[in-house]
Amino acid sequence: MQTSTRAYPPGEHPDQKPPIGQSGVLYWVHKNLFSSPFNVILTLLTAYFLYTVLPPLFNWLVVDSVFVAESRDNCRELGSGACWGFIGKRFGQFTYGFYPQDERWRVVLCFLLLIVAAIPVLWDQAPNRGKWLFFSAAFPFVAYWLLIGGNGSIAAYGILFVLAVLPIMYFQPSDDDIVGGETKGLTYILLAVWAFLLIGVQNTFFSFDIDVGLDGLGNLLRTLITLALIALTALPLFRRQMAPQAKRQWVTGFFTLASLWHFLGGTNFGFSSDHLLQTVETDQFGGFMLTMVIGVTGIVVSLPIGILLALGRQSDLHIIRWVCTGFIEFIRGVPLIALLFVASTMLNYFLPPGSNFDLLLRVLIMVVLFSAAYLAEVIRGGLQAIPKGQTEAADAMGLRYWQSMRLIVLPQALKISIPGIVNTFIGLFKDTTLVVIIGLLDPLGIGRASLSDTKWQGLSTEVYVFIALFFFICCFGMSRYSIYLEKKLHTGHREE
Amino acid sequence: MSQSIDYQAPPRQSFSIGKLWTDKRTRGLVIQVLATLAICAIILYLAGNVVENFRNLGKPFGFGFLQQEAGYDINQTLIEYNSQSTHLRAAVVGVLNTLLVAVCGIILASILGFFLGVLRLSQNWIVNRLAYCYIEFVRNVPVLVHILLVHGILVHSLPRPKQAIDVADSFFLTNRGFFVPKPIMEPLFWLVIAAFVIGVVYAFWYRRMARLKQAATGEQSPVFWVMLGAIVGAPILVFLLTGMPLAWEIPALKGFNFKGGMALKPEFLSLWLALSLYTAAFIAENVRSGIEAVNKGQTEAALALGLPRNRTLNLVVIPQALRVIIPPLNSQYLNITKNSSLAIAIGYMDIVATIGGISLNQTGREMECMLIVLGLYLTFSLTISSVMNWYNKRLALVER
Repeated sequence: MQTSTRAYPPGEHPDQKPPIGQSGVLYWVHKNLFSSPFNVILTLLTAYFLYTVLPPLFNWLVVDSVFVAESRDNCRELGSGACWGFIGKRFGQFTYGFYPQDERWRVVLCFLLLIVAAIPVLWDQAPNRGKWLFFSAAFPFVAYWLLIGGNGSIAAYGILFVLAVLPIMYFQPSDDDIVGGETKGLTYILLAVWAFLLIGVQNTFFSFDIDVGLDGLGNLLRTLITLALIALTALPLFRRQMAPQAKRQWVTGFFTLASLWHFLGGTNFGFSSDHLLQTVETDQFGGFMLTMVIGVTGIVVSLPIGILLALGRQSDLHIIRWVCTGFIEFIRGVPLIALLFVASTMLNYFLPPGSNFDLLLRVLIMVVLFSAAYLAEVIRGGLQAIPKGQTEAADAMGLRYWQSMRLIVLPQALKISIPGIVNTFIGLFKDTTLVVIIGLLDPLGIGRASLSDTKWQGLSTEVYVFIALFFFICCFGMSRYSIYLEKKLHTGHREE
Repeated sequence: MSQSIDYQAPPRQSFSIGKLWTDKRTRGLVIQVLATLAICAIILYLAGNVVENFRNLGKPFGFGFLQQEAGYDINQTLIEYNSQSTHLRAAVVGVLNTLLVAVCGIILASILGFFLGVLRLSQNWIVNRLAYCYIEFVRNVPVLVHILLVHGILVHSLPRPKQAIDVADSFFLTNRGFFVPKPIMEPLFWLVIAAFVIGVVYAFWYRRMARLKQAATGEQSPVFWVMLGAIVGAPILVFLLTGMPLAWEIPALKGFNFKGGMALKPEFLSLWLALSLYTAAFIAENVRSGIEAVNKGQTEAALALGLPRNRTLNLVVIPQALRVIIPPLNSQYLNITKNSSLAIAIGYMDIVATIGGISLNQTGREMECMLIVLGLYLTFSLTISSVMNWYNKRLALVER
């Protein structure tokens, strides 16, 4: 026994090993599995359960399964397990739906660009994150062009939009400028979004094409909007108190130019009317690609709407509050599937006679509204957790409503509500499967269509397990990311 | 010494249109007026479109079609229904089917969820890992995939009626459904039911009295045993005394399928199981976080005061945990009800499938049918959430 008699200075005694029986594998096993008679029984029962369930499951999934086969009967001859050969045969359809074979590279490219665009948004340590984000902002337009096709004017407009708007986001207001500059920046963003929606959406989805001839309402609308845009964007130039930043003038100029161009020449920005990319109708979208399109669009668009709804519900203005509350409660009270039915059967009654509205867009609108209402409730929870002193302090500093919300309240409220927000996103992503019921061909739709093939009948388990696996990977990834964010943003202000 | 200060009255500002916006007091008003106008304009625009579209199509608007003959069959009904019944009756059948699956789902999901939540908190490593894996896997897969998967397994993997899986010669599991004996009540059975009702009333009255007595004198009464006796014991006693007035109709194989007894159709079974298994995973997480939210000091303090383990749990931990669990539980119950609308994917005839599906297609009354469906779901949701809110308020911490 070598008990040390050596004297150590205070605090420098080397750590002693824990007593025997208090560490190591055996101790762990004893503590976590066999600590009491009840635990012993529980452990043995669970182990027996796993022993009976896992090996057959593993055999079915991997050992006895068939990865290459010609038909179901062929599969059954080759092995008694799952018939993955079926999935393999249909893998193209499961991924791309009925997107034309020769154009599938566009989907792949779009997906790769999505990853590139998502990195700076999700990872705040990304090198050159600031510049990279420009690309992320332009990505939706590029993606739209890649997936739908056309002459590229949408992409061009989007890039223009980003070039014009992002400097404002990066424009750091000086102390004495904060009141003027910030709100104007917001105005520009709203204007730009507005213009984009009117021009882009109208052109592509409504049947009345505003480029063709004098088409009554459409053309009148365009003219009015363009004039209004010119007036609004050019106005600051004539103001004496215009901020010195050259950036902002540049922005204004850019917008004036863009509006003029649009007014004079239509939307194609000098592109020829020849289609650079073959147009693909949205009813050819399908498979995991459709899931990603609905999921990603839904997530990106519903967050701002959800924030606005949450702010509206907390607003002091009665009418705004009533409208937001009513909307949120209505949407939360009905199932998404009923809303999708409304979109597919009833929505046409509310539109001007003769207008035809892309089904995918209708579905997207419903999915966005649905998840925005849920997001609003989650964010409201966050807003309510912020002490009133924060807003009052912001008021006392002379910040306006939107400034105090944007700079003081929302950053804190959103931080608290991250788990809820990500949960809502996961819910949205899972709910994209419901579109199969109104006839869009998401993976479930493709799966059900393939199951009616007489060669492969009766393989529903394989198909659904495969789809379940896809969703599990995506959704589990999202929930892990939310845990990472929570840890990162947990700055320790709130006591546990 | 007083110093007179000449306060200058604030300059009266002249009115101008711009002031309406720059003045914080009037700006709110202006925004609200504008918002009202905008909303009215949108509603008028939409209503105008609806009227015009209806006129163009030559369609009347009204709910008279509900009295017409429906002309389609429904495979599972709780009330009498055949293809000559009206659309209204089809809608009622749909509502009942929705309620049936929702109520069954809520009960099973709660039981499973609480069970799983407790397993998740177990000290036993293998048990809580297993619960964790189950919860994570189930939560991250869409409920529609669950429903279709379970339905596929029930329909494709279970044996045909001829080779039914037979439990005690009275329960039969087949790909056409799960057949169980059907209870047939004889007249005297009403006495048993009456005994049960009286037992329940007496039990709660007894509990109340016992509490008052304990508050006044500190004496405790054997509440649990008395309640058990009144609720379970008394009806059983009456049942035996009246000579077991209950017969069972046992399902039997006739031709290609079972006849008699009660049949749980595979559609109902798969919807019920899938919804319950899915929602149970969410409830388990709520239960876990609720129990974890109760400070450990609470348990320790209760034990230090000399309360036994079970009373610590009943009087200290569970009441506080419930306060955290109830609000999310409320929304899970709402979710089950709303998710039951996915029934349409496997052909279970709920509201969406009857009035919002076949009736809609047969009569072409999209607007009316969808309004009925939306209205019904709103009613369910508001009812469930008001009941849960009432319960929540009862449990809530009474603060100053």
